[in-house]
Amino acid sequence: MEVLGYLIDALTPLNLLLAVGGVVLGTVIGALPGLSATMAVAVLVPFTFAMNPASALIVLGAIYTGAIYGGSYAAILVNTPGTPSSIATTFDGYPMAKRGDGTLAVTLATVSSVIGGIVGALFLLLLAPPLANFALAFGPPEYFWLAVFGLTLISALSVGNLLKGLIGACFGLLLAMVGVAVVGGDIRFTMDSQILLGGINVVSALIGLYCIPVLIDLVATPDPHLKVEQELGGYRLKEALSIAWRGKVNAIRSSVLGTLIGILPGAGGSIASLVAYSEARRSSAHPERFGTGEPNGIIATESSNNATVGGGFIPTLVLGIPGTPPDAIILGALLVQGIKIGPSLFTEQGSIVYTFMFGLLIATVLMFPVGLLLGRYAYKSIITIPKAMLVPVVAFMTVIGSFAIHNNLDDVLVMFVLGVIGWVLNRLGFQPSPIVLGLVLGQIAEQGFVQSYLIGNAQGNVLGMFFGRPLSLVIVALAVLTLFYPLIAKRWGVKKPSSVTATAEARNAD
Amino acid sequence: MLKTLAAAVLVATAAFAGPAMAEYPERPVNYIIAFNPGGESDVAARLQQPYWEKITGKPLVIQYQAGAGGAQAWSKLNSMEGDGYTIMGTNLPHTILQPLEKDVGYETDDLVHVNFFHYTPDAIFVPADSQFKTLQDLIDYAKKNPGMVTFSGSGSNSSNHLAQQRFDELAGVKTTYIPFSGTGPAMTAVLGKQVTAGFNYSTSAVNAGDKVRMLAVSSDERMSNFSDTPTFKELGFDLVGGAYRGIGVPKSTPEDIRKAISDIVTKINQDPKFIKQMEDAGFVLTDIPYSEMKAFMDERKAFYTDIAKKMGIAKR
Repeated sequence: MEVLGYLIDALTPLNLLLAVGGVVLGTVIGALPGLSATMAVAVLVPFTFAMNPASALIVLGAIYTGAIYGGSYAAILVNTPGTPSSIATTFDGYPMAKRGDGTLAVTLATVSSVIGGIVGALFLLLLAPPLANFALAFGPPEYFWLAVFGLTLISALSVGNLLKGLIGACFGLLLAMVGVAVVGGDIRFTMDSQILLGGINVVSALIGLYCIPVLIDLVATPDPHLKVEQELGGYRLKEALSIAWRGKVNAIRSSVLGTLIGILPGAGGSIASLVAYSEARRSSAHPERFGTGEPNGIIATESSNNATVGGGFIPTLVLGIPGTPPDAIILGALLVQGIKIGPSLFTEQGSIVYTFMFGLLIATVLMFPVGLLLGRYAYKSIITIPKAMLVPVVAFMTVIGSFAIHNNLDDVLVMFVLGVIGWVLNRLGFQPSPIVLGLVLGQIAEQGFVQSYLIGNAQGNVLGMFFGRPLSLVIVALAVLTLFYPLIAKRWGVKKPSSVTATAEARNAD
Repeated sequence: MLKTLAAAVLVATAAFAGPAMAEYPERPVNYIIAFNPGGESDVAARLQQPYWEKITGKPLVIQYQAGAGGAQAWSKLNSMEGDGYTIMGTNLPHTILQPLEKDVGYETDDLVHVNFFHYTPDAIFVPADSQFKTLQDLIDYAKKNPGMVTFSGSGSNSSNHLAQQRFDELAGVKTTYIPFSGTGPAMTAVLGKQVTAGFNYSTSAVNAGDKVRMLAVSSDERMSNFSDTPTFKELGFDLVGGAYRGIGVPKSTPEDIRKAISDIVTKINQDPKFIKQMEDAGFVLTDIPYSEMKAFMDERKAFYTDIAKKMGIAKR
C-alpha cells in the first residue's frame, strides 16, 4: 500500500501542471516535422535542474511521450513523419486524411497512443526489474537477426512493388554505411568530404525523403492538399472508439510489442511501429487494405510507438542503460542531479521512481483530452491554411529541423540532396519507406553481424554464434514466417483465400 | 541588483585573473560540446555550469554540435570568433588519433587547448558472478586460452581500445576487442554476459552498481568511491590515464583570455562540492592548466602516436 502513497505524491498540483505542460509542449514539438522527441527532451533538460528529481522526471517523461504522439499529426496531415517513430503512421494515416477522414485518423491516433502509453507505463510500474533482463538476453546476434527481421518487413510493405522495394532498401543500406564505421573505424563512401564523415543522419534523411517530395508535389499540382469533410464539427470520437474497440486485440498486441522493443537499447519507436504494423497486417482479415487508409494500421503504429516510452525507461531505470536516445539524455540529467541510477535505485530511492512512474501514467491519461484539442487545432490549421502559405511554412521547418539536429548546415545539405533524389525516385515508383528502413536497420545489422563474428571467431564457433542461440532462432523463424507467409498460407489453404491470392499474385507479377 | 552582480563579477574575476583581465567574461559564454547530450562530456559540462556562473556571475550556455566522433565540431573551432565567448569541449585521445588516421578537417596542433580538467580512467569490468575474482585470474585464463577472452568497449580506436591493446602488451596476453556504439551498449554486453569482460570507463561502474565487479582501474591512485578496486599501476602495469576532457578555444583567442578561461576552470576544479559531485559520478579530476599544456600535449602525443602506429591506425 506504500506504493499508493506515491500516487498521491504524483498528484500534487505542481506535478499535474508539469505533466500537462510537458505533454502540450512535447506534442507541439513532435508535430513539427524535423523536431524529434530526442530534441524536445534535450532542449528542456536544463530547465529541470532546478526541480526536485521526481518532478523533473515527470516533466521529461511527459514531453517525451507527448512528442512521440505529436509525430502522428504531421504523418497523418502532411504525409511527413514528425518524428522517426511515426514513419509507419504515414502508410495509412495520410491516405485516410486524403479521402476526408483526417479528423478520424487524428482521433484514432490519440486513442491508440493513450492505450499504448498506458500499457507501457503499466509494464514499467509492475514488471520493470524482471523485464530488464530481457534487454540483457539480447546480444549482438539477436540484434543482427532483429534487423534482418525488420528488413523482411519490406516484402510486406511493398506488395505489388517488391522489386522496387528491395532496390530502395539496398539504397538505404548503402546510405547506412556512409561515414566512419562504429565497428572497425573504417571510413567509407565519404568521397573525401567532411560533410559525410559523420554519416547520414536518420532524421535529416527522413525530412528529405518524405518532406521535399510532398512539397514539390504540393507546388506542382493544383488540387487542394486534403479533401475537406462535408460537415466540420466534432472529433468523430465515438466512431474512433468503436474502431479501437473492434481492433482491441491489435492495440494490445502492438502495445506489448512496443514495450518489449522499447526495452532493447538501440531499437526504439521506429522499429517498434514497423514491427507492430507488419504483425497487424499479417494477422488481419483484410491485409490488402493496409496502405490504403486502414484504421488498424494507425492503431498498430501509434499504440506501439507510445508503448516504447514506458518500455525504454525499464532498462534506463533498472540497469542504467538507456533504452532509447531520449532516455540517454534523461539518464545524463539524473546523473547531474546526483541520483544514482541502476539496481539500487528501486530500493534506495523508491519514492522518486514510483512517483515518476505514476506521473508518467497520469501524463499519458492527460494526453487524451490534450491530444484531442491540439489535434483538432492542427487539423483545422492544415486545411484552412492556403497552400501558398503551407508550402513555405513546411519548407522552412525542413531547414530548421535538419539544422537543429547538430546545429550544423551539413545536415541541411544532406537533407536537401536526399530530398531531390527522393522526389526523382518517387516519380519512378520507389517509396521512401524501404529506403529509410534500410538506413535505420543497416547500422544495427552491420554492428550485430561484425560483433557476433568477432566474438564467435574468438571462441572458435562462428556458426554457433549465429544459429546456436534459442532467442536468435525464434527471431529467425519469425523472419522466415514473415517472408514466406503468403506462400505458406496458400499451401495450408488458410481461411482468407481471396486476399492471400491477391497478395501472392501481386508478388508474382513483379 | 545589477550593481551587486557587477560588483560580484569584478571581485570574483579580479581575485584570480589579475587586473588585466578584470572584465572577462562580460557576457554569457557559449560552451560547445562536440557530442550528443547525455554522454560523459555533457554530464561534466553540466556539473561545471553552476560553478562557472557562481565564479564569473555570467551564464555558461551549453550547446551541442555532435558528429563524426567530435570531429565535426573540432574542425570548425578555428573558424569561430576568438573573443573568449566561444569555448569548446575537447577530448583526448580523440583529437590526437583522428587526424593521425585521416583528414578530418583539423590537425592536432591546430587546436588550442587551455585546460584539461578531468579524465575517465579505463577499467576492466566483469559481471558480479563471474569466475574471475581478480585481474590475475583473468590474465591466467587469457594465457591458457589465447584470443578467447573478449572485451567489449566503446568504439574502435577509442581510449578503451587503446587501453586493451596496451594491456595485452603489458600482460603478455592476447585478447579480442569487440567495439560497441558507446558506453551503454558495451556495458549491456558485459551485464548480459555476451562478452568475457568489458574495457570501459569508471563512470559506468556508478550506474551498474553491484551487478559488476571492477577488476582494475587506470587511475593514478585508487578512486575514492571504489576503494576496493586496485589500480593497474599497483598491480604492476604501467597503464594510467583514460579519456581526458578539456576546454579548447579558437586559435584567434588572445593569450590573456586563454589564461583567464584556464584559471576559471581550475578554480571550479577546487570547489569541494564540485569535487564530490564529479567523484560520485566516477570522474577523476586532474588539473592541467594552460601554462603546462604544451608539455602535457607533447607527452600524450608521443604516447598515443606510438600505440596508434602499433595498431595500424596511423595511416597518414
